[in-house]
Amino acid sequence: MSAILELEGVTYTYAGAQAPSLRGISLAVEEGEMVVLAGRSAGGKSTLLRAASGLVPHFHGGAFAGTVRVGGLDTREHGPADLARVAGSLFQDPESQVVLTTVRAELAFPLENRGHGPAAVARGVEEAALALGIADLLDRATTELSGGELQRVALGAALAGRPQLVLLDEPTSQLDPVAGDELIWLLRRLNEEWGTTILLAEHRLERCLAAADRVIVMADGGVACDAAPRDFLRWAGAGAPELQTPAARMFREAGLTPPPTGGKEARLALRRRGIDLEAPDAAVTTDATAAPGDIEGRLNHDGGGSVVPRRPEGAPVGAEDLSAPRRPRRAERRAAALSFDGVWHERRGGAAVLRGVDLAIARGERVALMGRNGAGKSTLLRHAAGLMAPTRGRIRTAGRVALLLQDPNDYFLHERVGDEASAPALAAVGLEHVADRHPRDLSGGQRQRLALAIVLDAGEPAAVIGLDEPTRGMDRAAKAALTERLATFAAGGAAVVVATHDPEFAAEVADRVVLLADGRPIADGPAAAVLAGGWYFATETARVTGGRALLPLQGAALLADRGRAEVGA
Amino acid sequence: MRYRRRASPLHAARAAAGGAWCSALAAAALAAEHPVVLVGLAAIVLAGAAGAGVLREVGRVAAWMAPWAVVIAVVNMLVVRQGFTILARLGEVPPFGQVDLTLEALVYGSLFGLRLLVVASAFALFTVAVDPDDLLRVLRRASVRSALAATLATRLVPVLAADARRVEEARRCRADHGGEGAAARVAVLRAVAGNALDRALDVAATLEVRGYGTARRGSAGGGRPWSRHDRAFAASAAAIVALTIASRVAPIAGFETYPELHAVAGGTPAAVALVLAYAVVALLPLADRRGIGP
Repeated sequence: MSAILELEGVTYTYAGAQAPSLRGISLAVEEGEMVVLAGRSAGGKSTLLRAASGLVPHFHGGAFAGTVRVGGLDTREHGPADLARVAGSLFQDPESQVVLTTVRAELAFPLENRGHGPAAVARGVEEAALALGIADLLDRATTELSGGELQRVALGAALAGRPQLVLLDEPTSQLDPVAGDELIWLLRRLNEEWGTTILLAEHRLERCLAAADRVIVMADGGVACDAAPRDFLRWAGAGAPELQTPAARMFREAGLTPPPTGGKEARLALRRRGIDLEAPDAAVTTDATAAPGDIEGRLNHDGGGSVVPRRPEGAPVGAEDLSAPRRPRRAERRAAALSFDGVWHERRGGAAVLRGVDLAIARGERVALMGRNGAGKSTLLRHAAGLMAPTRGRIRTAGRVALLLQDPNDYFLHERVGDEASAPALAAVGLEHVADRHPRDLSGGQRQRLALAIVLDAGEPAAVIGLDEPTRGMDRAAKAALTERLATFAAGGAAVVVATHDPEFAAEVADRVVLLADGRPIADGPAAAVLAGGWYFATETARVTGGRALLPLQGAALLADRGRAEVGA
Repeated sequence: MRYRRRASPLHAARAAAGGAWCSALAAAALAAEHPVVLVGLAAIVLAGAAGAGVLREVGRVAAWMAPWAVVIAVVNMLVVRQGFTILARLGEVPPFGQVDLTLEALVYGSLFGLRLLVVASAFALFTVAVDPDDLLRVLRRASVRSALAATLATRLVPVLAADARRVEEARRCRADHGGEGAAARVAVLRAVAGNALDRALDVAATLEVRGYGTARRGSAGGGRPWSRHDRAFAASAAAIVALTIASRVAPIAGFETYPELHAVAGGTPAAVALVLAYAVVALLPLADRRGIGP
């Protein structure tokens, strides 16, 4: 094998930045490897990918030192357009990556730029469309596509010239679990069947680790770890717990080694140890008193020591009545912080987005809205906040609804943080020390806290706090901080409603999960019941433990308990 | 109002042919003098829009232009002192001075407004029925840099419109609603303008990694065999241009407004004949419904 990507002593500082984003990076990626770039936000993952695509330094400017060679081309001598023959790139936001108006034109665009003849262009378009399963979209307008479809089309455009290397910057961050998993499988297929080298930056490592050959961890612009997935997990277990996958964390807490790189490996390892989670008596409570050793104390920080409900014997996974949606009683609706009473939203000349939603959310309750893209999550939140009006039905709120939409940047109308929200509101989210800075100079997490301060900054406290996909592009540490903040709001009496695609976050943040499909709830119940019983809308721990535990510490307690039972037998 | 592929002969034609057809109709309107010809061309453009399944979009533009045509006629009547047929004497009217309203000035202004309406409708038809991606390929053969600018601009408009919708929603979610009335709108505009540079950079970065920097003149598109619709609309455009040139050179269907309204060069019968000829050559390609699906 030879290296398709080589970096030697690369140091790079963005124009106007104080500190370098890459510091003395030297590494090589061999042909045919699938490499995952991991690390906390602002660690240098995106900059490394941009250096490999030639955008750094040609497009972004700044101070660049060292050498980057892509397919033998030195990026100091060849710009992004030249390098595009070797490396295809896919970034986070599909909206700004699709340039033309039809899918066919979009796929043809890079081929035409390279001067391919009409026959070669037509063949390239056909091949890319078939490889990605988007042949039926070829004549669709790009403005009519969903986020997942757009991301596939953008990937198709990146692959149309059959590049040897594909660079992807958190391509699943805006996709639902179904579309995200499909994209990862697609990359795996490209890698295995066509030998395409993949360099993928991703926060949700549980999605892609099983397919990876190698993991490179970026921290403060340098390489903190460069190892095979299992060795990376050992390293993370010892020094960077926020980078562990849920299954690896569960194994570590249960004292099991080696850490598994995916669900299949975890299940196999457990079976080899004689721990059979499919046995009827394996359904256990995971409250603190049942937990062994030091797991006991920590369970309260890991999902509040919630109890995974015992499934009726012989019943299929997900068949619990606990998760069946039901119409709230009149008294429930009256006492609720937010209630939907037969709410429909029918587009003029289009489909119905909400179809008779009945839902009541109590004060202090934390609810996660889940479902694939287009299921109606965002529309439901917009109705709650009064941004949209139902075409039928009624919405009642016990007071003000503070809604944080997907992109916190959309909330900033002033040049100074202190002008965006009052001093007490900034203090409530821990931003009083940055009052004189420009909102766009804040980090991603700080921007989100500022947006939260803006929507909460009223004399009357919010009865309902809604958040639409708040964890997009967030690392685990930032998610944990957000979880704690939302728990505080709920403890203060506000109903917290979060639309999310992230089952791990939903399991951490919510005590109730509502699963939407085609504009209506299809499951509604305790997080433990809804998130334990699915394929896509389930945590990794639930998938490994057959739905008997949601979060790693609960899973560890279950494993320890089963381990004791097996030994006793 | 934007292009969406529909099952129509005009949508099925390549951009060069469809674009030439719409432009030929606009050129015919610019060259026309006789009111009958202009009214006829307006009807032909609307009939073309109906044949392409976009009458609603084009009709909306025509309806929006109609009041402007009236305004142009009125303003022309107020500021132009030519013409023998006086409709009213308004005396001294500041800032226009002595104002005599003449029939000729009114008709001249009306014809100018009508001409503008036909041209705007033809370009509206162009916008909704001619594939911009295909057009971009044509443009790239002439100038790569201009095509790059056009690509960025065309892509950026819907992206910024979506940004504006999101910022406006976020403003409504703010506890203080970001101000009221005009102040709120200005705040939203400022925020969107602030985002525009970031957005433009994102789109430009995408263009770079798609290899646009190495794009070669003439490398794009081409090679697609000419369909029946390509040929029909190209021939129709050529025929419309030929009729327009012939009507000017011959001349036929002329019309003089000053100093007195006066049909020349065959008068109204010639104008009616010219309109019929335009209608036949322009609308014939729309009758062929074979192979028009997306």
